[in-house]
Amino acid sequence: MVGLMIGAVILAVLPLLFILLNLVLKGAGSLSLAFFTRMPVPAGETGGGVAHAIVGTLIIVGMASLFGLPLGIGAGVFCAEYPGARLAKLTRFVSDVMNGTPSIVVGVFAWALIVARTKQFSALAGSCALAMLMVPMVMRTTEELIKLVPNSLREAALALGYSRWRTSVTIVLRTALPGIVTGSLLAVARIAGETAPLLFTALGSQFMSLKITEPMAALPLTVFNYAIGPYEEWHRYAWATALVLIMVVLVLSLAARLATRQRFSGNA
Amino acid sequence: MPEPALRLATERLTAMYGKLTAVKDVTLAFRANTVNALIGPSGCGKSTYLRTLNRMHELSEGGWITGRVLLDGEDVYGSRVSPMQLRRRIGMVFQKPTPFPTMSIYDNVAAGLRIDGRLRRGELDAVVERSLRQAALWDEVKDRLKTSAIALSGGQQQRLCIARTVAPRPEVILLDEPTASLDPAGTQRIEELVFELKREFTLVIVTHNMQQAARVSDTTTFFYLGTMVESGPTRQIFTAPAEERTEAYITGRFG
Repeated sequence: MVGLMIGAVILAVLPLLFILLNLVLKGAGSLSLAFFTRMPVPAGETGGGVAHAIVGTLIIVGMASLFGLPLGIGAGVFCAEYPGARLAKLTRFVSDVMNGTPSIVVGVFAWALIVARTKQFSALAGSCALAMLMVPMVMRTTEELIKLVPNSLREAALALGYSRWRTSVTIVLRTALPGIVTGSLLAVARIAGETAPLLFTALGSQFMSLKITEPMAALPLTVFNYAIGPYEEWHRYAWATALVLIMVVLVLSLAARLATRQRFSGNA
Repeated sequence: MPEPALRLATERLTAMYGKLTAVKDVTLAFRANTVNALIGPSGCGKSTYLRTLNRMHELSEGGWITGRVLLDGEDVYGSRVSPMQLRRRIGMVFQKPTPFPTMSIYDNVAAGLRIDGRLRRGELDAVVERSLRQAALWDEVKDRLKTSAIALSGGQQQRLCIARTVAPRPEVILLDEPTASLDPAGTQRIEELVFELKREFTLVIVTHNMQQAARVSDTTTFFYLGTMVESGPTRQIFTAPAEERTEAYITGRFG
């Protein structure tokens, strides 16, 4: 029985390791400092980089998190603290449906909602699409984690004279925070790799752009463009860009982990 | 010596969960600086009764009451009384220790004081120390006030909760089976503490443990099936109860 389980674990981890290994093997060769700091060069020349896409991904994902995390966490807290409310039931249902919506549908929706009206592809539209994907994920995680906070803590705070609101935020949310941060990170990592919602929104770009009302490059879009391109050099860039994408997600996760490390672990 | 003043009283108090009656028509009074035990078998309504006193009962699903609860003669269910303000005058300690896990020992004790945010740093330090001394915990934690509260033992955690409860200077402290989850040594310390605390506060303690009621309380009230069967000085209840059901319960024939 144990053997079977170990086998299952190996089977589950193997593809993951294989993907990582493959990425490193095919991508690491093209990685250099220039790849992180330079802009793309015309086909045929060498020595270009994806600095524009790294910056673009950070901006687009950052804005999406700015919209999506507070909304998702707020809705999650509401649903957990007022589980019987009609609005909570509706929100839960809608978010379950949203969780199952293909991301390209969300992309088309954001296109119709923002791009078609403003007649302009924009990073902002891309961020909105990603935020829409994020909210239901973050909401359900938050709700589940808050439900795990023992009711006795809530009662203790209320018995001390805390208001309902203050109890939710300073005691319940604070207690569930490490888990919520982890859940939020997973959501950020997930959307950072999304390509489909950006195709008709942020569009992608060959240039460094900081204007959120204009098309902007992003790592997944760059991977996509390089991968479907006709040149060998581009294919190598696609592998390298994919590796960069994974590294960006990894760095984000590590940074947030360090920032939210348990306050007392050092001196307890 | 004159009888101490009335601190807390209920008049014809009935507590409901939806249509279910948990406590029926209880009229009872607690004098200042006394320890008052509520005893009775599980489900007799003593905990529900306790929770009506600081309006925690109304937070339960479908919880509502009829009758009156008077704190210093004022109806705590009056339209001008805020439950939040009331709960700062009537503190509560629960069955399981409930330190806030994300806060340090210091911050746990200060939690109730920070609601208004009026105290200055130095004053806060003084109140935290006094409260921890009052809860007989100061000597054990004075060197690690900034460390996590959940590193403490169960008994220490419960004393920390008592410190947190006394810090805002309530008039009344409600204890809901405060020693039910503690070992004998922890239980004994809490009992000694309860005895000390009555010099400053009025205490109402729900307990399953009849020896505990006999040891620490001045008055004892026996609840059965949601009604108050008998109430009186502890010595009288335990030696010469007027009601047969009371005698049957305290001699261990049921419950």
